[in-house]
Amino acid sequence: MAGAVRSHLIWVLVGILGAFALALIAIERGEHVNALWIVVAAVATYLIAYRYYSLFIARRVMQLDPERETPAVRHNDGLDYVPTNRYVLFGHHFAAIAGAGPLVGPVLAAQMGYLPGVMWILAGVVLAGAVQDFMVLFVSMRRDGRSLGELIRAELGPVPGVIALFGTFMIMVIILAVLALIVVKALAESPWGTFTVAATVPIAVFMGLYMRYIRPGAIGEVSVIGFVLLMLAIVFGQTIAESPTWGPAFTFTGTQLCWILIGYGFIASILPVWLLLAPRDYLSTFLKIGAIAALALGIVVAAPDLRMPALTRFVDGTGPVWSGSLFPFLFITIACGAVSGFHALISSGTTPKLIDNEANARLIGYGGMLMESFVAIMALVAASIIEPGIYFTMNSPGAQIGTTAESAAAKVTEWGFPVTPQQIEETARDVGEHSIISRTGGAPTLAVGMAQIFSNLIGGKAMMAFWYHFAILFEALFILTAVDAGTRAGRFMLQDLLGLFMPRFRDTASWGSSIAATALCVGAWGYFLYQGVTDPLGGVNTLWPLFGISNQMLAAVALVLGTVVIFRMKRERYAWVTILPAAWLIVCTLTAGLQKIFHPDPAIGFLAHANRFSNALAQGQVLAPAKDPAQMSQVIWNDRIDAALSALFVLVVVSIVYYGIRACLEAYRADRWTAREAPATRDLLDEEAAGAVSAMR
Amino acid sequence: MLKPDLRKRWSDFTKCVCQGARLMVGVPDYETYVEHMRRNHPDRSVMAYPDFFRERQAARYGGEGRSGFRCC
Repeated sequence: MAGAVRSHLIWVLVGILGAFALALIAIERGEHVNALWIVVAAVATYLIAYRYYSLFIARRVMQLDPERETPAVRHNDGLDYVPTNRYVLFGHHFAAIAGAGPLVGPVLAAQMGYLPGVMWILAGVVLAGAVQDFMVLFVSMRRDGRSLGELIRAELGPVPGVIALFGTFMIMVIILAVLALIVVKALAESPWGTFTVAATVPIAVFMGLYMRYIRPGAIGEVSVIGFVLLMLAIVFGQTIAESPTWGPAFTFTGTQLCWILIGYGFIASILPVWLLLAPRDYLSTFLKIGAIAALALGIVVAAPDLRMPALTRFVDGTGPVWSGSLFPFLFITIACGAVSGFHALISSGTTPKLIDNEANARLIGYGGMLMESFVAIMALVAASIIEPGIYFTMNSPGAQIGTTAESAAAKVTEWGFPVTPQQIEETARDVGEHSIISRTGGAPTLAVGMAQIFSNLIGGKAMMAFWYHFAILFEALFILTAVDAGTRAGRFMLQDLLGLFMPRFRDTASWGSSIAATALCVGAWGYFLYQGVTDPLGGVNTLWPLFGISNQMLAAVALVLGTVVIFRMKRERYAWVTILPAAWLIVCTLTAGLQKIFHPDPAIGFLAHANRFSNALAQGQVLAPAKDPAQMSQVIWNDRIDAALSALFVLVVVSIVYYGIRACLEAYRADRWTAREAPATRDLLDEEAAGAVSAMR
Repeated sequence: MLKPDLRKRWSDFTKCVCQGARLMVGVPDYETYVEHMRRNHPDRSVMAYPDFFRERQAARYGGEGRSGFRCC
C-alpha cells in the first residue's frame, strides 16, 4: 500500500509542476514569459497522459496481451515482418509521422497568440491525436498489419472502403499542393535559398549513383558525404546570391517556381527510386531528426523569452494570416501536432508489421504522437520568440500591408504590433534576404525563429544568415521528398481507384497507365498550387484550411473505425475514448467545411468570394489580382472548385459517420464478439480462422 | 578505461542507434535477416548485402500504395 502511494507521489509532483507552468503562461501580465515554461507544461502533460491515460487504454479498452503473437512474429521473413526492438521502432515510426505539418500549423496559429495554440496542441494530442495513432496501430496489428483502406472495408463495408480511399486521394492532392506552396513561398525571389535547394538534386543523384554502383548500400557513409556537400551548398549559396550574373539566374517569381515544381514533380516521380528519391529521403530524414534535436537543445539552453502576447486581438477572426474565428478554425489550422488523420496511414503501414510485442504498441503509437506534438510546441515557441511586429510583417499578404518596408511597418504598427521600417530591413539583412515582407507560408517565419535560437548558441549574428538558410533547406528538403514520394503514392492510389472501373489501369508495370496516372496526379496538385501561388491573399489563406479540414476529416474517419472495433470487441462501455474526440473533430470539420462554403464574408466563404467577383464582372469591373475579364472568370471558377471540394469533404465525413453508426449498432446487437482479428497464435490457425484471415485480404 | 560491462552496454547502444537510423530510411537489420534465413529456411539462398539493400529500397517506394510516403 505504502509502495503504491509512493509510486503515484512522483506523478502527483509532475502534475503540480505542469499545472503551475500552465497557470504561469496563461496569466502572463505584460511581462515576457520564458519559453521554458511552455516546455515544462508540455512535458509534464505528456508524462501524466502517457503514464495514466495510455495505460488505461492499453489495459482496459484494448486489453493488450503481451503473450499474443504479433504480425512480425507470425510472418517473420526478415524483410517486411521483423520483430524489432521497441526503441528502434519508435525512431522509425516517429521519422515517418513527423513532417512539415507540425512545423507550419503552429506558426500560422500564432497570430492569435501562443496560448490558444498551446492549449489545443496539448489537449488535442492527449485526448485525440495520440489515441487515434494508438488505436489504428492496435487495430492493424491485430489484423496482420492491414492498411487503413482494407481495415475500413473489412469492418465497415465495401462502400465506405471506396469512399475512404477516394477521400484519402483528395487529401493527398491537397497536402501536396499546400506543401509545394510552402516551398514556393519560401524560395520566391530568394536566389540563396533557391540555389541550395536546387543543389540538393545533383547531390542526391551523386549519392544515388554512389550507393548503386560504387559502394552498394553504404547508407551512413554516403549520408555523411551528402551532408557535407549540403553545408557547402549553403555557404556557397551566399556567393551565388551576391554574384551579378548567377544571382539573377537563380531568382524566380512564385509563378515560375510553381511551373518548375510541377515539372520537377512529374519527372522525379517517374525516375527510378534509387537515383533521386531514395538518397534524398536519407538526407532529409537525418537532417530532420538532427534539426529537431538541435532545436530542442537550443530552446532549453538559450531559454528565450516569448515576445508574442498570450492572446492577440485576432482571436476575433479578423487576423491577416488566415481568416475565421477561433472556433472552428484554430482546430483546423493546427492539425498535425494535435491530431493528424494522416498518421492513420502510417500506423497501418510498416509499423504494425515490425512490433515485437503487443504491449509495445503503447510506447510507439501513443508515445510517438506525443513526440510529434512536442515538435509542434517547439515550432510555436520558435514563432513566438520573434518580435510580433516582424511576425505579422512576414505573414500578412501584400494585399493588406503593401510591398514596402514603410507601408508594412505603418500597417502592422496600426494593428498594435509596433515595428519600424529599419527593423524590417535589418531583419532581412541579418538573414541574407532582399525582403522579408509577406513571406507567408510559415516556413520563413520558423526559419527566422530557428536562426535566432541557433545563432544564440553558435556563431552569433554573423551566422544568422547561414542558420536561416539551413532552416529553409531543412524544410524544403523534406517537403520536396514528400512531394515526389507523395506523387508516386498518389499515382498508385489513383491506379487502384481507377482500376475499380477500368481494370487495365491497375497494371502498375505498364508505362502508359503509369504516365497517365502520374500526369493526372501532378495535374491535380499542380492546379491547386497554381491557384494558391496567384492568390492575392497568399494562397495559404485558401489552401491551409482545406488541408486542415481534410486531415481532421481523415482523423475522424480513423476514430470512427476505432469506435466500430471497440463495439465489435464488446468493449462498448469504453467507447467514449474514441467517440469523444471523433465527435469533436466531426463538429470542427463540418462547421469549418460549411463555413468555407457558405460564410457571407468573402475572406472565409468561397461562394461569397465567387459572388463578389461575378457581380463585379457583371458590372464590367476588374478586381485584383485579376487583370482582365478572363482572369476574373478564372477566379470565380477556382472558388467554385474549392467550394465543391469542401462539400466533398463534408460528404465523406457524413457518409463514414453513417456507416460507422450502422456498424456499431450491428455489433451492439450481436450477442458475441464480431471483431475480425487474426487468431492469437499460430496453433489456433485452424481452417475456419484461416478462412477469416484470407477473407480480410 | 571502461569496465567490460559498460563497454558492452555502449556498443549495444551504438548498435541500436545505427539500426534505428537505418530503419528510419526503410532498411532493416541485415544480420537479423541472415540469421532468420539460416535458422528457418536453410534450403533457400540468402541475398548478399547489396541485393538485400536494393530489394528493400525498391520495396519502400514500390507499388504498395503509401509506402515511403511521409506525413504532412
